[in-house]
Amino acid sequence: MSETESDTYGLMAEFETPEELLEAAKLAYGKGYRTMDAYSPLPIHGLAAAIGFHRTNLPILTFILALTGAIVGYGMQYWIQVIDFPVNIGGRPLHSGPMFIPVTFELTILFAAVGTFVGLWIRNGLPMPYHPVFNVAGFERASQDRFFLCIESADPLFDAEGTRSFLGGLNPVEVSTVDQ
Amino acid sequence: MSESSTSTRQQYTPPPPELGPGQTSHTSITEKITSIVLTPHTPYQWFIVVLIGLMLVGLLQVSIAYLLYEGIGIWGLNVPVGWGFAIIHFVWWIGIGHAGTLISAILLLFRQKWRTSINRSAEAMTIFAVMCAGMFPLIHTGRPWLAAYWLFPYPNSMAVWPQFRSPLIWDVFAVSTYFTVSLVFWFLGMVPDLASFRDRAKHRVTRVIYGVLAMGWRGSAVHWERYEMTSLMLAGLATPLVLSVHSVISLDFSVSILPGWHTTIFPPYFVAGAIYAGFAMVLLLLIPIRRLYGLQDFITLRHLENMAKVMLTAGLIVAYGYFMEQFIAWYSASVYEGFMMQNRMFGEYGSFYWALILCNIAIPQFLWSKRVRRNTVWLMFISFVISVGMWLERFVIVITSLHADFMPSSWDMFYPTFWDWATYAGTIGFFLFAFFLFVRGMPVIAAHEIRTLLPFGKKEK
Repeated sequence: MSETESDTYGLMAEFETPEELLEAAKLAYGKGYRTMDAYSPLPIHGLAAAIGFHRTNLPILTFILALTGAIVGYGMQYWIQVIDFPVNIGGRPLHSGPMFIPVTFELTILFAAVGTFVGLWIRNGLPMPYHPVFNVAGFERASQDRFFLCIESADPLFDAEGTRSFLGGLNPVEVSTVDQ
Repeated sequence: MSESSTSTRQQYTPPPPELGPGQTSHTSITEKITSIVLTPHTPYQWFIVVLIGLMLVGLLQVSIAYLLYEGIGIWGLNVPVGWGFAIIHFVWWIGIGHAGTLISAILLLFRQKWRTSINRSAEAMTIFAVMCAGMFPLIHTGRPWLAAYWLFPYPNSMAVWPQFRSPLIWDVFAVSTYFTVSLVFWFLGMVPDLASFRDRAKHRVTRVIYGVLAMGWRGSAVHWERYEMTSLMLAGLATPLVLSVHSVISLDFSVSILPGWHTTIFPPYFVAGAIYAGFAMVLLLLIPIRRLYGLQDFITLRHLENMAKVMLTAGLIVAYGYFMEQFIAWYSASVYEGFMMQNRMFGEYGSFYWALILCNIAIPQFLWSKRVRRNTVWLMFISFVISVGMWLERFVIVITSLHADFMPSSWDMFYPTFWDWATYAGTIGFFLFAFFLFVRGMPVIAAHEIRTLLPFGKKEK
């Protein structure tokens, strides 16, 4: 019996090796599917590109945060030592730029690193305790030793029987329906 | 121009693979690494080490409590030696922590695939070493609750701020940043492996705990892409960070005017020393653990040999540092510098200096031999000797320069007390305790990185 499309999140094909998954992803992209995702226990070079994902923005975030950290670090020290509570220490200039560098540097790194880390999880949408793909029997092997390709029902070319037979043709271990 | 025979030339043999012959599939890798944690059977040796660690933690608690109650007079400090074991151990522990970041970050940037089986444990070692190190600045003032306002720039009721021109404040920022970034990097690396634990856990409580920690990781290719980029960014950030942290710590000494301290060689010399001590500690930890849990396929002799080579290199840089100190003491023609060097070698603490030369320069030269580098007993012995040697180095630097400085009227001896040693032993116990808890509950080896070592078919790089 065919289920209504709103009950189905998509169709999932399970593979045994990363090469098969990569091949399958390329074929699926070639066929015109765009709303899909691949799941693997290790990062596979070229897989994200094969399903149509290019270039993450995270490095730009890192750079912006680093700049922020530098400005905050230097600015804080400048404000403290020159404006708020200037103290004459051995006649040294209040605005002792070179001496401000270490703290500025550390704050640059701190902001950039912690911010990128937080940015990663936000961009990935994690923590997300529930996701439809976890409903698939055997999906727990996605973090261990099996490789999955999921074509989502939101894709314009998605068709319950057509997509299922296409996936079957890629020689998977199994094709499963992913319930919402 | 062709050479005729190969009889005088050695055949090129490629280095052995980074993964041992027993690991042939993603399944075996996952099973081996998760089996250390997801099992009701804990080896008895684990209990012994944790028990010893716990007892020493008790000693640490007593030492700190007594210190806060009685004051820093319970330590051997006096005038002129106002900095004693606290700073020695602070520097010793931070130095040890540097190997973890080097293995994770710097070796990642150099694309050294052999780092994948040792980086997780090394990062954990860094976290716990920095925790141990951080205890000393926190307690060494004797009344740490008073010290908050001069360490951290927070608006306080006295409207005063820290003195940002001081390396002691740079230390605060450097070590805090180092700890935070290391923690972040360590946790980042564990998330996909925690997902493996979540998926293999048999009991509901275990599954929930790892599920929460894994944050719902499902291995999506898009997530992996961002994840790899983040690892790369963090590695790129952590590399200058680790070089800066120990440099800043060495500046604690160099910006002073004491002979023996006021030298520009300290930043690179300390960083090299940190790498030296850190790799020694990594070997000291990993050789028993690999034996106990049967991880020889992951941490192969090749890995141990590579670590030994890095250790030897760092040791040679440290030896160069020692030689330079001697040279400059003579070349500077400064009577104070010259006396400092004389006193180090032939003064009341002279035996420590010669022990230092033995431990840090003489004995590690055995690492030139391939047979020694591939022998775990030798490596354990040499690593232990190097750890002691690096302790001696910090002792020699701190104590000999302080106890006999410019004015003979200020000279005095420093003798450590029981509480000096007890606090140190306590931190060692804390370190062991924390590390073995990590081994029991967290992924010791970065399984998702090891999986990338398996041969991948016809893929284009």
